[in-house]
Amino acid sequence: MKQGLPQDPMMRQLVLMARHNMTRRAALAGLGGTAAALSLASCAPAGESALTPAADLSDSEKVLTWHNWPLYMDEDDNGNYPTLDRFQAETGIAVDYLLEIDDNDTWYAKVKDQLALGQDIGADVASPTSWLVDRMIGLGYLQKMDDANMPNKVANLAPAYLGNANDPDRTLSVPYQGILGGIAYHKAAFKEATGKDAPTSVNDLWLPELKGRVGLLSEMRDTVGLVLMAQGIDIASADSLTEDAFNAAVEFIAAQVSSGQVFNIKGNSYAEDLKNGNIIAATAWSGDITIINFETESEDFGFVIPEEGATISADAFVIPMGAQHKKNAEALINYYYDPVNAAELAAWVNYVTPVVGAKEVLMETDPDLANNPLIFPDAELLSKTHSFRALTGQEEQRFATAWQNVLLGA
Amino acid sequence: MAFVALGQGSAGSATPTKTSRVAFILLAPGLIYLGLFFLTPLVSLIITSLKVSSPTGEIGMYDFGFELGNYAYAIGQYLPQILRSFTYAIIATVMALMISYPIAYFIGVKARNKPLLQAMLLTLVIAPFFISFLLRTFAWKQIFSNDSPVTNFLHTIGLLAPDQYVIGTPFAVVFGLTYNFIPFMTLPIYTSLERLDIRLLEAGSDLYATPAKTFWKVTFPLSLPGVISGTLLTFIPISGDYVNASRDFLGGSDTAMIGNVVEANFFRIQDYPTASALSVMLMAAIVVLVSMYVRKSGTEDLL
Repeated sequence: MKQGLPQDPMMRQLVLMARHNMTRRAALAGLGGTAAALSLASCAPAGESALTPAADLSDSEKVLTWHNWPLYMDEDDNGNYPTLDRFQAETGIAVDYLLEIDDNDTWYAKVKDQLALGQDIGADVASPTSWLVDRMIGLGYLQKMDDANMPNKVANLAPAYLGNANDPDRTLSVPYQGILGGIAYHKAAFKEATGKDAPTSVNDLWLPELKGRVGLLSEMRDTVGLVLMAQGIDIASADSLTEDAFNAAVEFIAAQVSSGQVFNIKGNSYAEDLKNGNIIAATAWSGDITIINFETESEDFGFVIPEEGATISADAFVIPMGAQHKKNAEALINYYYDPVNAAELAAWVNYVTPVVGAKEVLMETDPDLANNPLIFPDAELLSKTHSFRALTGQEEQRFATAWQNVLLGA
Repeated sequence: MAFVALGQGSAGSATPTKTSRVAFILLAPGLIYLGLFFLTPLVSLIITSLKVSSPTGEIGMYDFGFELGNYAYAIGQYLPQILRSFTYAIIATVMALMISYPIAYFIGVKARNKPLLQAMLLTLVIAPFFISFLLRTFAWKQIFSNDSPVTNFLHTIGLLAPDQYVIGTPFAVVFGLTYNFIPFMTLPIYTSLERLDIRLLEAGSDLYATPAKTFWKVTFPLSLPGVISGTLLTFIPISGDYVNASRDFLGGSDTAMIGNVVEANFFRIQDYPTASALSVMLMAAIVVLVSMYVRKSGTEDLL
């Protein structure tokens, strides 16, 4: 069953990650009756009867609603989205682009009841993060997409993203952007406060000079993951990332919060705190920094990969069971898998692009960007990125509760 | 619910007549409204608060049960936030009363002969309602942000240590709570002071009472209905407020109130039983506190 690893280092890394996931799941199923029942239950839809896709009205209704994250779409000076506008002009599909996802948990909490009933959640397509996508796949909340409508995806999806145990050929979820979790900082303010040019480690966030000026992402897997890595824990491994290790990291963060070192713990709105000077450094997502610089019309802000490692994950297009415009959504996905469009998007959002060929397109128009390791990570960078291991439902509940108690400042 | 119980005394004294049928028809919309929009969610909340985790272990899945342990868990886990909520609520209510009473007195008594001034001052009190309180709270967040002129000024005059900031502190939260609820305190006090008979104050001074004594013996007792309803109108919503203390507004990591805990349990970790148990307890605690307060102040008939 084992196949040789691909030559390309990024692919190699991603294949390894995907395999890791698979073996873990296989091990779980092998634990015996209870574990088998448990994994069966988590694969089977929650209700008594499986959900079925809503009727597709795409042929008569040229509309599409998309729930996406802020700072996640190319934008011009007038606040228009050039690639999205071109999609609408080319296909005649009117896209309602909504910045509904500030945080996976809060978004999921808003839509989960409709998801469970197979009803329309108000979005035909959404792009949450992979761990949440896994949960939604397990619960049977997602429609299977038709590859025939997405030739670009078939041709250009980086093979590293295939082979996920839940969704081997990526017909339930198609990657939108890969995300690196690291540290964002205000260059001048950081230098003034600490005397250092840039943070090199997550531990730099705990420098006394930064007291009260540090932000953390409310995304558990990124913030706790970064802290765990700084403590020498391998977050991809169940042996290394035990519940004790997790709780120790959470307690460490709680101590930083109660000592006043940490200013705030937030979702994507941490960008506001960086911009208005509330914080000087924060755990952050790689792509946001470009748009923060763009919005402040400056080059004041920087992003670094901590020396102990960065977290890596992906946001993926999914089509919920209740969505009535599947074919329109597939057209959208197909559009963003055209390397030209993907390159234009990548040049703006600066996240890791899953589209093969985008780098070559960018090489011609903007070699600097094409050589930016945050968009097209090289072997050295990829060797430092790790993805948070899969959690069982009960682990998830306990981990999330512990993390939430930090946010509530018990 | 306390109000229903307390109201019964006076309602019971009216003897039923043959018009009861008409009365019932008139009451019906209100009763149906209460049944649908108060009792149904309340019952649903209580049922949810007793649910148990689903055996599948999937996050956010719960089965019907009778797990009183949810309440013990909620108290054990979130006692600091529960106590903090009531502490903040008491401080903010007292602050609001101390700020509102002089304003209400001035508008209702001193400005009585100057209708234009009175109208202008009342407008100033009510004007903030014209803008969403979310926006106003957000504006305060900007005013108090770490690099704002206000914060810089406080640093310059040495009121704040260099590594201290305003946003995210209990001060910012209590400030926001007080600010947002002042109109709810001012208006009821104003309405009771507006009716105050000035001749009673003159009688007080004719009988050689000092102004202070006249105030405490005449003015204040007569304004008590306004004070009581003002404090209730501020204390109850403040106890359950989750906007000011939210990390997205004026709050920080150590200011979460019950409302924030309920929100986090509901929307972030999908722990519905704990969130519901907290909501039920918050409601029960408020009913107890308010009925004690009303009894203690001897103003049952004023409500």
